[in-house]
Amino acid sequence: MTITENGPVLRAENISKVLGGKQILKGVSFTLKKGELKVLIGPSGGGKSTLLQCINFLIPPDEGQIYLDGEEIHIHRKRDLYAYRQKVGMIFQDFNLFDHLNALENVSIALRKVKKIARKEALERAMIELERVGIGDKANLYPAQLSGGQKQRVSIARALAMDPEVMLLDEPTSALDPELIGEVLAVIRNLAQDGMTMIMATHQIGFIRTLADNILFMQEGEIIEQGPPSELLMAGNATRVQQFCAKMNELYEEPEI
Amino acid sequence: MPEAFLVIKESFPYLLEGAGVTAAAVVGAMFFGLIIGVVLAVLQVYGPRPLGRLAGLYIWFFRGVPVLVLLFLFYFGLFSLIGVNLSAFTSVILVLGMTTGAYQSQIYRGAIESLPYGQLKAARALGMSDWTAIKNIILPQALRLSIPGFSNEYSIILKDSALAFVLGTSEIMARTHFVASRTYQHLPLYVTAGILYFILTWLGVKALRKLEDRVRIPGYSHHQG
Repeated sequence: MTITENGPVLRAENISKVLGGKQILKGVSFTLKKGELKVLIGPSGGGKSTLLQCINFLIPPDEGQIYLDGEEIHIHRKRDLYAYRQKVGMIFQDFNLFDHLNALENVSIALRKVKKIARKEALERAMIELERVGIGDKANLYPAQLSGGQKQRVSIARALAMDPEVMLLDEPTSALDPELIGEVLAVIRNLAQDGMTMIMATHQIGFIRTLADNILFMQEGEIIEQGPPSELLMAGNATRVQQFCAKMNELYEEPEI
Repeated sequence: MPEAFLVIKESFPYLLEGAGVTAAAVVGAMFFGLIIGVVLAVLQVYGPRPLGRLAGLYIWFFRGVPVLVLLFLFYFGLFSLIGVNLSAFTSVILVLGMTTGAYQSQIYRGAIESLPYGQLKAARALGMSDWTAIKNIILPQALRLSIPGFSNEYSIILKDSALAFVLGTSEIMARTHFVASRTYQHLPLYVTAGILYFILTWLGVKALRKLEDRVRIPGYSHHQG
């Protein structure tokens, strides 16, 4: 397969996973086109997080194939796997910053140890990324000294520094206090507008409505509905997505972004 | 009593030199043990199962046999069996090092397993190999957390090093025994030996405490301010 103008950057085919005797993913497939933002929603336990972690093989899928730019990724070819992971940035719900490194080092460590970039250059690049997410002034602070929103922005900077082609975001705002959600969503919105290809699990309905190109609704390990938000979220359409989002809206007040 | 003072005064430089030998042996053993302990802990946590089992076997053996038995076993038996001729001093460092390595491994294993698994995931997600992640992300944090346990182990090994006198290493205990058997001033001499051990313990523990404060991660102290 060759890459065409609007061909998929990332393609997941038929991903299945059993964990602890339970079928978490039942043959999930999707594609991400360049610059596209797809959103994964659905009840917890539906397999969203497992799916995202299967995409970069943090959880190796039992079955299925992943293609990046048309090339199939094989988990057993370690070198290829590491190279692939550099091109697929991941943002976690609970940040997973490296606690012994300050913000600048958190962002530069993989540049130095994985991309083998010299320390000075790596730190310069890291600083650019921290400034891009609006926390250049926090470069010397350690994770324990940062707020949740700042930590998540450091983790986004850390992923961006690797020049990823695709980003996987696993509920990036779910662990945040309501007043901190906006600053993180603003960063992600900028990425979307700059054309970053992303797939993101989130419950931020307002964000989905305005920015998502496509919604994938996952339940019990399957994608049961998909389509653009304009279709799936339209009031009166008796879609599963519509029901779910109505419920979410009842439960949470959303910050404006 | 004046005679006791005289004996102490005269033998003190000799005993102090013994304290130097003890310190050298213990520092050597602790560093050797550090390397062994880290390798064992990493194998137990991340290694393939057969290697983890092997590490477990090693730990089981060295924790299960008295240090005195190990000293005899290696110095008079195993070292010569494999054809290496080591001085008593080197043997003491190796045996104490292998022993403390077994104990230290469990300090490091506990520290590694106390770290959130998410950090390893994040490191992998950035394209790090497991080895790169262990070296750059896991161990720097685990070793910090291990300093209090390491300091405990130091004070234990320091005192275990007195057993080295049975091999004829000229450390504190051997020298004290030597002077006492000539002068019959057992009480003041062994009090002096005890004080030397006490000071070495104190110095080491104090230094490790300083190190702990120096490498503390900002924002992580349980202390206020």
